[in-house]
Amino acid sequence: MTIDPITLSVIQAGLQQVCDEMDLAFSRAAFSPVIAEANDRSDGIYAAEDGALIAQGAGGLPVFVGTMQYSTATLIGMIGEGRVGAPEPGDIYIVNDPYLGGTHLMDVRFARPFYRGDRLFCWLSNTGHWPDTGGAVPGGFSASATAVEQEGLRLPPVKLFKRGRMDDEIYSIIYSNIRVADQRIGDVRAQAAALDLGAERLGALMDRYGDDVVEAAIAELRERAAQQMRRFIQEIPGGEYGSVAWIDSDGVVDAPLAIRLKVTREAERLVFDFTGSAPPCLGPMNSVRATTLSSVYLAMRHIFPDVPISAGAFEPLEVTGIEGTFLDAQYPRPVSGCAAEVSQRIAEAVFAALVQALPDRVTAAPAGTSGNFALGGHDPAKGRDFVMYQLSGGGYGGWADGDGLSNGCSTIGISKAPPVEIMEQAYPVLYHRYALREGSGGAGRMRGGFGLDYELELRRGQAKASFVMDHGRFGPQGALGGGDGAPNEVTVWRGGMPYTPVHLSKEQDIPLGPGDRVRVKTPGGGGYGDPMQRDPGLVAEDVRLGRYSVDEAERLFGVVIEEGAVDDVATTQRRLG
Amino acid sequence: MTDRQNGTIVGIDVGGTFTDLVQLDPASGKVRLAKVPTTVENQAFGVMNALDAAEAELAAIDLIVHGTTTTTNAVLERKLSRTGLITTQGFRDVLELGRRTRPHAYGMTGNFTPIIPRDLRIEVPERVDAAGDVVVPLDEDAVRAAAERLLAEGCEAVVVHFLHAYANPGHELRAGEILAEVWPNDHITLGHAILQESREYERGVTAAVNASVQPILDRYLKRLTDSLSEGGYDRDVLVMNGNGGMVSARLVAREAAKTVMSGPASGVMAAAYTGRQAGLVNLITYDMGGTSTDVALIRGAEPPVSHEIEIEYAMPIHVPMVDVRTVGAGGGSIAKVNAAGLLDVGPESAGADPGPICYGRGGTRPTISDANLILGRLDAARLAKTGAVSAGDVAQAFARDLAEPLGLDVTEAALAVIRMANTKMAGAIRMVSLSLGADPRDFALFAFGGAGPLHACALARELGVPRVLVPARPGITNALGCVVADLRHDFVQTVNRPVHALEKGALAGVFAEQAAAGKAMLDRERVAMTGVRHVYSVDMQFVGQTHLLRVPLERPDVTPEELQALFEDVYYARFKVRLPEIRAQVVTANCSVVGERAPLDLSVLVDPAGRKATLEEAQTGARRVRFEDGWLETPVYWRDHLPLEFRLEGPAIVAQMDTTVLIEPGCVATGDAHGNILIAVGEVP
Repeated sequence: MTIDPITLSVIQAGLQQVCDEMDLAFSRAAFSPVIAEANDRSDGIYAAEDGALIAQGAGGLPVFVGTMQYSTATLIGMIGEGRVGAPEPGDIYIVNDPYLGGTHLMDVRFARPFYRGDRLFCWLSNTGHWPDTGGAVPGGFSASATAVEQEGLRLPPVKLFKRGRMDDEIYSIIYSNIRVADQRIGDVRAQAAALDLGAERLGALMDRYGDDVVEAAIAELRERAAQQMRRFIQEIPGGEYGSVAWIDSDGVVDAPLAIRLKVTREAERLVFDFTGSAPPCLGPMNSVRATTLSSVYLAMRHIFPDVPISAGAFEPLEVTGIEGTFLDAQYPRPVSGCAAEVSQRIAEAVFAALVQALPDRVTAAPAGTSGNFALGGHDPAKGRDFVMYQLSGGGYGGWADGDGLSNGCSTIGISKAPPVEIMEQAYPVLYHRYALREGSGGAGRMRGGFGLDYELELRRGQAKASFVMDHGRFGPQGALGGGDGAPNEVTVWRGGMPYTPVHLSKEQDIPLGPGDRVRVKTPGGGGYGDPMQRDPGLVAEDVRLGRYSVDEAERLFGVVIEEGAVDDVATTQRRLG
Repeated sequence: MTDRQNGTIVGIDVGGTFTDLVQLDPASGKVRLAKVPTTVENQAFGVMNALDAAEAELAAIDLIVHGTTTTTNAVLERKLSRTGLITTQGFRDVLELGRRTRPHAYGMTGNFTPIIPRDLRIEVPERVDAAGDVVVPLDEDAVRAAAERLLAEGCEAVVVHFLHAYANPGHELRAGEILAEVWPNDHITLGHAILQESREYERGVTAAVNASVQPILDRYLKRLTDSLSEGGYDRDVLVMNGNGGMVSARLVAREAAKTVMSGPASGVMAAAYTGRQAGLVNLITYDMGGTSTDVALIRGAEPPVSHEIEIEYAMPIHVPMVDVRTVGAGGGSIAKVNAAGLLDVGPESAGADPGPICYGRGGTRPTISDANLILGRLDAARLAKTGAVSAGDVAQAFARDLAEPLGLDVTEAALAVIRMANTKMAGAIRMVSLSLGADPRDFALFAFGGAGPLHACALARELGVPRVLVPARPGITNALGCVVADLRHDFVQTVNRPVHALEKGALAGVFAEQAAAGKAMLDRERVAMTGVRHVYSVDMQFVGQTHLLRVPLERPDVTPEELQALFEDVYYARFKVRLPEIRAQVVTANCSVVGERAPLDLSVLVDPAGRKATLEEAQTGARRVRFEDGWLETPVYWRDHLPLEFRLEGPAIVAQMDTTVLIEPGCVATGDAHGNILIAVGEVP
């Protein structure tokens, strides 16, 4: 069946609408602030035969681009092998196993078969980040875990809903193994209701256009998305583009982990070869296959935002060489850092390789860490325990037409940071500063954005501070001659004495008492292009605004500033010298 | 107070392109309308031109209500007065750091300019904690020194923004006293005075916006009121606020930020008013102009007011504003074929300049308006009068950019553009209504703006909306909103208590205080009112949730059991989920105190003298129009000639000065006593 291009466009918009409505319904009804506020969730439609991504909500967390097609494919495979019960209308499977097409344990996936008559037409699936799934530390991000069991409860695909009814026995197993369990029922119902809504909407779409037409349209759209991606790939001059990106350490062994990437454009395909990357690590900075692939897709979508999120768009992209590396970890390697940190470093490697090929489209490296600082303890004034998270952003990389954004969100996220006032209402802390980190933007013709510089004090009680951050050893890399952004810095003041974590950006359970302080300076973005070519007027403006010192202007940009104005003669001499 | 119950009222709305005026004399039923170009540099000229055009006798006017885009434009174009910030030590960068976001979910480029530059943000030692306790006392000398430095830097306005000032405003108030001694004018904004809520970034930006537009609004209103007095007008001028209520020009600049986005608000006020008279209290307002389409959801004839609007990236203004959402496409949205070989419409727009090809101002790329022209929905004969472009030019562009790559003929391509545009608009409108917890099928579509009535039937069909309402004067809806708006004051009080922990009468007590505060404010306004109305609601959630659902209350004294039940019903209606195991809590208690003005008879908007006795007489001609099923000979009527009561079966076109109403096949239009056209949207025949 051939479909006219108009019907095709209309059905494409309709499928997108179904997913967007699922995203919205999930967030609005969820209890977990990670889902409701930070939108750490995603919803999509997947093919019945192989789980291929048909459409996914535009408002989903970027890190989930593509992940659910692997978890759905795994589920379909396991059903085929008889390892999981066959689907019936109204069933919903739950799974969070990282090695079965997932991310970390906290990302819990639901999958619902969608029927037309007796026929399984497709799958609807969503992922939501639960605040806790058990394990050694609240929240699941243990910097020192050495096995997945320490990270939380691992669920293989099981039917949580059978023919529309929740299986209370399975839920009670989950309930008994997670923290703050009483509110999870709200998230479970929100997550399931979003899929039910999707089923209703998709049904209406198919009633309107006809099953045959929609089915043919899906096939055609897949082909067209591939065609669109191939057109973009053709913008890339043929050849090989190499890059290396570094993770500070795995949190357990204090040695950097390399991501080595070689991107090759072959005709209409793009091959991402990760051969030579570090082997699986002892600590939680491993990635799993689905997350690694998604990270590549995510980076490509940052470069080409117009490409629809669809299996077709990923077809011309081939990822190789991850077997045996920490980018394809197997059970029981710990993986809590995969979605928040490793994914961003994979994206950095892609940016660093492709900025050479597409200098007008790609930026220098962004801060690229989720900046996870957790403070857990007891508040004597309120008579209760607390766990506080401060996730922070950093500078973005400069790009052909502009300087990088300051204090941007992580590459894989889209959420807002909580205000200082809200943090101080909820937790026994007082912030002494929440400021632009001066001098942190990487120098370049277009400079990087600036990181964040915050310092807070524990006002009462005892607490333990934990950090899962990155880019402490190496700053976000500059591009095309630009300088690196400033690396992440953590200083803990205990009894008036400064302490720097051994792994710089990662450490667990540093004890704090009243009056002790934590100061974090997040990374600046990488600079783009030769800093000696930056417009001296722009350098002077940054100096006037106190973003760089007079000394930095001269040292980094070769711009000599006298009494607030550019000294043209001295600048020319300095830049020539 | 002078009684102006029945005096002449003038509403003037300054829009981006036109300044619109409507003058009503309720006693005689006389109406005058005017539409003149907006004078961008000094909007007061345009206002005076509009009064001239309407031959208004200024001395005889009893009330002028004015909607202005002065502050909206100042913010969107960043033409702000030089403003300084005095803030807590360690926090001057709050305005530059924002909430750790980026402009687009995908794409790592883009940036924003903070509303006050870094060198004009000065820190002083002081600190209050979340409980309102002083941690570091205010350094008063530092405040003086900061003020002097900002004055030396040429600042005209100043903001004081201290952490946790909502919990304890003492330091801000003291800093305000010190500033009053040294600052040469009264453009001093204290953060807590404009917004009493936590969240330092949003409160800071809101206060900074207020300060930065205050001198601009002040100067503009002075020019305007001077011009009006010279012309003999000796009464008060009321200025429209973004919440759809009015405030005296003498008072409005203090809270200048509240006038931002007042234009779209007055359109929604007019829609609510018109709908109430027509007996349609649930409306989706659909304002499609040249560059964008604005949508709002009116329930129970109450315009929706939000306190959390971000008018563009990194520009949250958290004062009460009518919740109007821009959903994309306007008549100038450009259609193209993308790299996948698929048709796409927008978000790129030809805007008003150069505009669509058919405007003849140099536009060369196909737009929605051009598609309407090809399909005969817009009058090609009118286009010919401009002489700049011909229908052939438009067709050629469609052939080149769309028809050939898609393998269609020109007409099919134009039809596809309209279909695509309607699908996208319908999707966006559905998302807006769902995000507000409403099913669009429970509403009527209120179509206005230049292009709204052209697309309304198709859009209503797409959304499953059963009825369309086209008001008598769709092109001057905002000016009409000025005339019909009530006086309005909104109050929000944080409660944050589980339902079962609410003390008896606590909620009623909060509502009583809010009502009293509102009454006191209304008493200060010099405008006649027929009564005071209170609108009560609570924002609720299940304990542990972060999102809120608004629960309207019919009376202020509700029991905890009733609250729990009301909330569960609203929750079920929205999410189809019941959670009996979880407690509900009240987050805020909201009360709007509305000073109602005497009702106006909208039927006067159409001059009865122009009405013809029969439809045949009202018909001016016919033309061929392309619908989904082919070309149909379609009668064209002139709106002002339509009889008071009529019944028109589609296909039909009703033309008027400011818009074209397209009645699609299968739809039936009728007229009502208020001069509205009501369209029953049927299935596709």
